[in-house]
Amino acid sequence: MTTDLIDLHTVKTLVRRELRDSLRDWRIVVPIVLLTAIFPFLTNIAAQMAFDFLEGYGATVIGERMVPFGMMVVGFFPITLSLVLALETFVGEKERNTLEALFATPASDLELYLGKLIAALVLPLCAAYAGIAIYLVTTSFGGGLELPGLLLVQVLLLTTLEALVMVSGAVIVSSHTTSVRAANLLASFIIVPTALLLQVEAGLMFWGAYQALWYVALALVVVNAILIRAGMRSFNREEVLSRELDTLNLRRVGKDVRRLWLAPPGHARIALRTGEALPRWSVKRFYTHDLPRLLRSGRFALGASAAIMLLGFLFGWGLAQRFPLTASFVNFDAVASTISRGNLSEMPAGGVGLLPEFNAGAILMHNLRATVLTLMFAVLSFGSISMLLAGLPMAVLGFLAGQVGGAGSNPVQFLAAFVLPHGVVELPATLIAAAFALRIGAMLIAPPRSLTVGEGLLLGLTDFVKVFLFVVLPLLGLASLLEVYLTPLVIQLLY
Amino acid sequence: MIEAVHLTKRFDTFVAVDDLSLSIAEGEVLALLGHNGAGKTTTVRCLAGILEPSSGYATVAGYDSVQEARQVRRLIGLLTEFPGLYDRMLPEEYLRFFGEMNGLSPPVIQGRAEKLLKHFDLWHARDRRIGQFSKGMRQKMALVRALLHEPPILFLDEPTSALDPHSAKQVRDYVAELRAQGHTIVLCTHNLAEAEALADRIAIIARGRIRAAGTSDSLKRELLGPPLMEVRTAEPLNGALDELRGLVSVVAGGDCWFHFEAENPALTHPRLLRRLDALGHSVLALSEVPRSLETLYLRILEQVE
Repeated sequence: MTTDLIDLHTVKTLVRRELRDSLRDWRIVVPIVLLTAIFPFLTNIAAQMAFDFLEGYGATVIGERMVPFGMMVVGFFPITLSLVLALETFVGEKERNTLEALFATPASDLELYLGKLIAALVLPLCAAYAGIAIYLVTTSFGGGLELPGLLLVQVLLLTTLEALVMVSGAVIVSSHTTSVRAANLLASFIIVPTALLLQVEAGLMFWGAYQALWYVALALVVVNAILIRAGMRSFNREEVLSRELDTLNLRRVGKDVRRLWLAPPGHARIALRTGEALPRWSVKRFYTHDLPRLLRSGRFALGASAAIMLLGFLFGWGLAQRFPLTASFVNFDAVASTISRGNLSEMPAGGVGLLPEFNAGAILMHNLRATVLTLMFAVLSFGSISMLLAGLPMAVLGFLAGQVGGAGSNPVQFLAAFVLPHGVVELPATLIAAAFALRIGAMLIAPPRSLTVGEGLLLGLTDFVKVFLFVVLPLLGLASLLEVYLTPLVIQLLY
Repeated sequence: MIEAVHLTKRFDTFVAVDDLSLSIAEGEVLALLGHNGAGKTTTVRCLAGILEPSSGYATVAGYDSVQEARQVRRLIGLLTEFPGLYDRMLPEEYLRFFGEMNGLSPPVIQGRAEKLLKHFDLWHARDRRIGQFSKGMRQKMALVRALLHEPPILFLDEPTSALDPHSAKQVRDYVAELRAQGHTIVLCTHNLAEAEALADRIAIIARGRIRAAGTSDSLKRELLGPPLMEVRTAEPLNGALDELRGLVSVVAGGDCWFHFEAENPALTHPRLLRRLDALGHSVLALSEVPRSLETLYLRILEQVE
């Protein structure tokens, strides 16, 4: 609600109160003390035993790698408490009726959000660092397995980033639920991926792929940026206080979707928050009025998708330069004759990969399947995986074009023959589908002002469906026809 | 000082506040009277810059409750419907926290906290955790929190609801003191006597709308009709009431008493007394029959239903 700059004193006051409250709760203090003071010793003993056992079988290297793994585990357990603290932040206060008094202070939404975020982070992180320190000290006393300094930095960094992911995710959950019970149930969406990530990190450590841990850290930075941005954008007093029930009202959802469908672009708030009559929807209105505005409102997503597709192509091209195939793989001599014999439509029994047969229907179904997958992944991954799906086919194209060029043929001719005839329609369709899928993710991270996350998601989905039905689907249909009936002719012409 | 114009607040399909308009002058005490769920708390939350109205707007001391919510919150003290205290804190720690959140310096907080805790008989409990406080002590503690930064505008949501008679009087006296000091106060209550005793004006709210507003007297006159007077005589009236009917509107009567509606007391009362004297009846008393705010309130609710 307010846009004032952050008053750090307010944030500090809030953090201090939260910390004091946590430190007075034995249910928090006892596990922290146990995990910090005792668990490192146990882990150290376990690591030593494993090392001795494996040494007996000559697997010294695995035993050695138990030490950094143990350090990571010692750091991870205390930070799981941050999840509990963060989940409790808003919804716990709401249950105890303490939130309204806090909301009546001059603190801005951002200050409240940051104060709660930092408060949930500080104690578990301090415990994690202390635990790691105790573990390292006991390890050095107990026989001195050496640990590279850089690995220590990596583990500390990963521990911090994982804690931040859990806390920022949990604060979002806490500010969007009405009871601690509901927040705890939703916490599995945070703890399960984090636990899986820990296993990936463990695998990388035992594999000795320490370099890859930097990429994990980078991915965590991105996830943190997304979650914190989403939290800052979606947290507001209004949302926290006025949310009374977690019931799923399908009738309401249906009504909202219907009104969002009718509403011209930019009128979502009016559609959802007022009972104002909305103009009649027609296909003509969509093409002449709504579509240009939708494309304009999605211009950043379109730009990002186009950039990703281009980068995908360049990445594929680069791979082709790095891993060139032998010239025999790139042989166009038989292509024209194969096509002239109509062999493309005579696929092996069962088809090839995801394409059961070479006809317009099969190609359309294949492309639709990819689009639906893009949509699903967009919702689950805040739009990021939809970008991957947009970039991946372009990477394959880039790789093929690169190989063609590397083998001495003309890659432009290759693209003009094999891609351009249908690609001129299919690529814009892919671009638009990916962009509007990305927009769904953007709606989750930062819903338009005055809309809730749920309303933002509905808006993103409704816009996607509109664009999919009236733009992407016709274009993909046309592309599949061109791919079957025009592209082979062009290939024959050029080869 | 406070202005609400066509304020509406919807939660999904439920309309909590419906096209509410009101104006409260500086130094005025307005009682928002209504049953549970009438829309009092939501109205206060909108005025206090905590909730954003679905339509309409509100200004507090000239600040818009949405665009300048932070400034609004600086100027208000809010006693919430539920005390909602941090149970693990000591009273002074608790007040220090809210004092700092409101931008007060530690010495100022300390001085005011001591004064208020003493005033509300909480000073003796300063070494106890708030979680150990009784219901009444918690209510008073919440009131102290709302008063600590000496806001010029106070929103008091059911300030005496959990208090024993002594504490309730203590709070009412303090509110009266604040009123005398010129604070603007919005008092949400369903305690009719409290509203009548403390408020300059009363607004009766039901189903999110203000159904009637004005001073207690003007509301009674407007909704219950002219004041009802009672005459008591020394001797039985016998048939004298019939003689009086043309002079005043008699609504009930007995042997030595009758009630009449005083449309124009300055004119009718002297005439009435003279007539009774002429008829040989000694008047022992002429007084107004007390009409409770409760009657008025229930009448309005009946109309709404």
